[in-house]
Amino acid sequence: MTNRSPILELEGIVKEFSTVRVLDQVNVSIYPGEIMGLVGENGAGKSTLIKIICGIYEETSGTIRLEGKEVRIPDYITAKSLGIGLVPQEFNLINYLTVYENIFLGNERKKGVFLDKHKMREESKAQLESLKMPIDVHRTVSDLSVAEKQMVEIAKAMVLDARILIFDEPTTALTSVEVQHLFALMRKLKEKGVTMIFVSHKLGEVMTICDRVTILRDGHLVSVDEIKDLDTTIIARKMVGRDFSQVFPDKIDSTGKPPLLEVEGLTCPNLLRDVSFTLRKGEILGFAGLVGAGRTETMETLMGLRKMSSGTIRFDGKPIKISNPREAVEHGLAYISEDRQGKGIVMDYDIPKNITLISLKDKYVKRGLIDKHREERSGREYVKGFNIVAASHKAPLRFFSGGNQQKVYLARWIDTKPRVLILDEPTRGIDVNAKREIYEFIHSLAEEGISCIVISSEMEEVIGMCDRVYVMREGRIAGHLEKEHITEENIVFNATGIQKGIKKDGRA
Amino acid sequence: MRPGFKKVSRKMGEHKIKNYIKNFRIKDHSLGMAFIVLFVIATIVGWPNFLKVRNLTNILRQISYTGIIGLGMTFVIISGGIDLSVGSMAAFVGGVSIFFLNLFGPDSTLALVLTFLFALVFGSLLGALNGVMVAKFKMAPFIVTLGTMSIFRSLIQYFSNAGTILSVNMGFGTLGSSMFLGLPIPVWFFIIIGVSLHVILNHTSFGRYLCATGANEQVARYSAIKVSLVKFVPYVITGFTVGVTAIMWSSRLNCINPSDCAGYEMDAIAAAVIGGTLMSGGKGSIIGTMMGAVMLGIINNMLVMGGISAFLQQAVRGFVIIVAVLLQYNSDSNK
Repeated sequence: MTNRSPILELEGIVKEFSTVRVLDQVNVSIYPGEIMGLVGENGAGKSTLIKIICGIYEETSGTIRLEGKEVRIPDYITAKSLGIGLVPQEFNLINYLTVYENIFLGNERKKGVFLDKHKMREESKAQLESLKMPIDVHRTVSDLSVAEKQMVEIAKAMVLDARILIFDEPTTALTSVEVQHLFALMRKLKEKGVTMIFVSHKLGEVMTICDRVTILRDGHLVSVDEIKDLDTTIIARKMVGRDFSQVFPDKIDSTGKPPLLEVEGLTCPNLLRDVSFTLRKGEILGFAGLVGAGRTETMETLMGLRKMSSGTIRFDGKPIKISNPREAVEHGLAYISEDRQGKGIVMDYDIPKNITLISLKDKYVKRGLIDKHREERSGREYVKGFNIVAASHKAPLRFFSGGNQQKVYLARWIDTKPRVLILDEPTRGIDVNAKREIYEFIHSLAEEGISCIVISSEMEEVIGMCDRVYVMREGRIAGHLEKEHITEENIVFNATGIQKGIKKDGRA
Repeated sequence: MRPGFKKVSRKMGEHKIKNYIKNFRIKDHSLGMAFIVLFVIATIVGWPNFLKVRNLTNILRQISYTGIIGLGMTFVIISGGIDLSVGSMAAFVGGVSIFFLNLFGPDSTLALVLTFLFALVFGSLLGALNGVMVAKFKMAPFIVTLGTMSIFRSLIQYFSNAGTILSVNMGFGTLGSSMFLGLPIPVWFFIIIGVSLHVILNHTSFGRYLCATGANEQVARYSAIKVSLVKFVPYVITGFTVGVTAIMWSSRLNCINPSDCAGYEMDAIAAAVIGGTLMSGGKGSIIGTMMGAVMLGIINNMLVMGGISAFLQQAVRGFVIIVAVLLQYNSDSNK
């Protein structure tokens, strides 16, 4: 591969945002037909780098060469015309339009002044077929699953004959089966000679799919290595800049702990059927299952965000009724949603305002007015206690990294003094270091006697943290695993109903 | 990287004032600047009449009617809604209140107090009607209030037989036209309601919930905020402000014409928007709305003194609104 000339060369790329240098002298060469992994902690400069390649940002200094020729990429349209495509993390699809209309959005085929719908349909069909994507081009995008939407994004980039395709954390919202499909697709694109850049936090996936890996740290290039010279530990070490052997703290033994929350026969039309489980005092309980298995819906029903048609909830042995989130909070329940930006933080609020949003009335209001000094003091305490990195407490949260936003979100619920803390995908989209901090934090909460429920699609998280795990499938509890029975195989079996280890080559 | 950040934040505490001056950017205070510039221009254009106390109090009186409603409107817009019905509602409440007042005969002073309370309650109820449809039945605020706008206007025309509704009470007229400590009564209401709503918006949990709900309803719901209540209340507050304006306006004229107060919604919305309230919700300022209302008044006053046709005044107002939104859009996209 190295004897060929590179398709894309980045030389001495520097990017500064008002004197803050976020990328410093980055040199990378990418060769045709390879899959280049791009990893680094949040804030390492991954997104900035790909945004420069796509023309969304312009580099402060440095040169970009495409097939040996120096190019300037002032905007995304130019990038597209140069054959650079982006599959964004957040999809840019229009929900009300059909698949083929989305694929040709901004690039419509025309017959005179009219749209040539027939041609667009045919070309979309051909494109999807050549990529072996079984999607009907007439469906509206709002009816598609996350994985299918991603396929449409890929097809959209490919109709422009993209030679370089950038995947920005493509597997965040996918199940493990869908990830396998995506990888198969990427291999197919590779056969066609498409060069790909794969940005991900999931090191296992990087090891599986990439040929080489570029590692960034604090805006500097750490290394570019062949995949055969790496393993996940080496990558993690290079990303963080130091060793950390164990990501997960020791497990907490839940045996013999008294039950705190007992849920029985929870039913919610079309979503949940007869969900029963018990949460013990001070334990970390796992909820595993595929995306859409009903884990989030179970917790939302528990929090009074959805109406249940039948079922009983017992708290500390006494039956309770929860019909709205306020009542759930009053009973000491807390729920950290998986959708941090859509359902969690207020992007325009600063740290103190975000933290006190729920506990405001109970703790910060004196004679009808908000005690702003107290609010700010409390904010400062949490910033210190949670190790939140912030230039200013007064800055709106939209300027914070995912990990810091998540910590603020956590702080808000901790401020309500919960007895049960439900965490829905608590580490989604945040870097290794912040992840470990959050694991340790959950652990210390449980030790203090707060019962935690962790919903996670990342199996190693559930396996590494929890002493007991419920596995859900299609709105029901499909299995209950304890201690040494919490294995990848058992979870997958219960989650899918298929007895097949996805990583066991012999049986698969 | 971390210690660096800490140093910065400590520094900010020590040299707060110094930093304030250093960080003072005209862009952050664009409304205040615009206000001053406008005032200076008006002073020059309208020299010497503009600066006369009589003229200034007149401006304040003129803007107070729609200004008061603009205060309530600001809350509605922050919540993510809009209320188009306020103009018709003002005429409707005003008319019905005069009917109510006339029940007591010509000399009752008690009737004045009761009528004022009646108008406040009646306005709040009509606002609650809008609020229920928006918050409880989850209908689009634009459609709901477009509907009630038409309903209220039609009802007052029907009840008045398309004629003027005259007050028979002798004291009614003094309410709206008297002065108190040098300022007209409606201006006092404008100030008192403005200060109250400013405190509610910035210093109470309700204000906090209002902004959170307007910024992102889902976030608010998941934060145990009673979203439907938070979306309902602004319409009631707006109805209340309409009640105040209805009395102030009708007592000034001692009557109500069924076509009165048409287009008030435009001025109320304009004051809020010029004052920096985001049309998409989540962010707004009562002080801004008050300044916005006064600025509209100054512009009008300037046009009158400059001898510009009354027919053109609406065009200028429209232009100012568009420029205000344009500035808002630009400062937002710069983020």
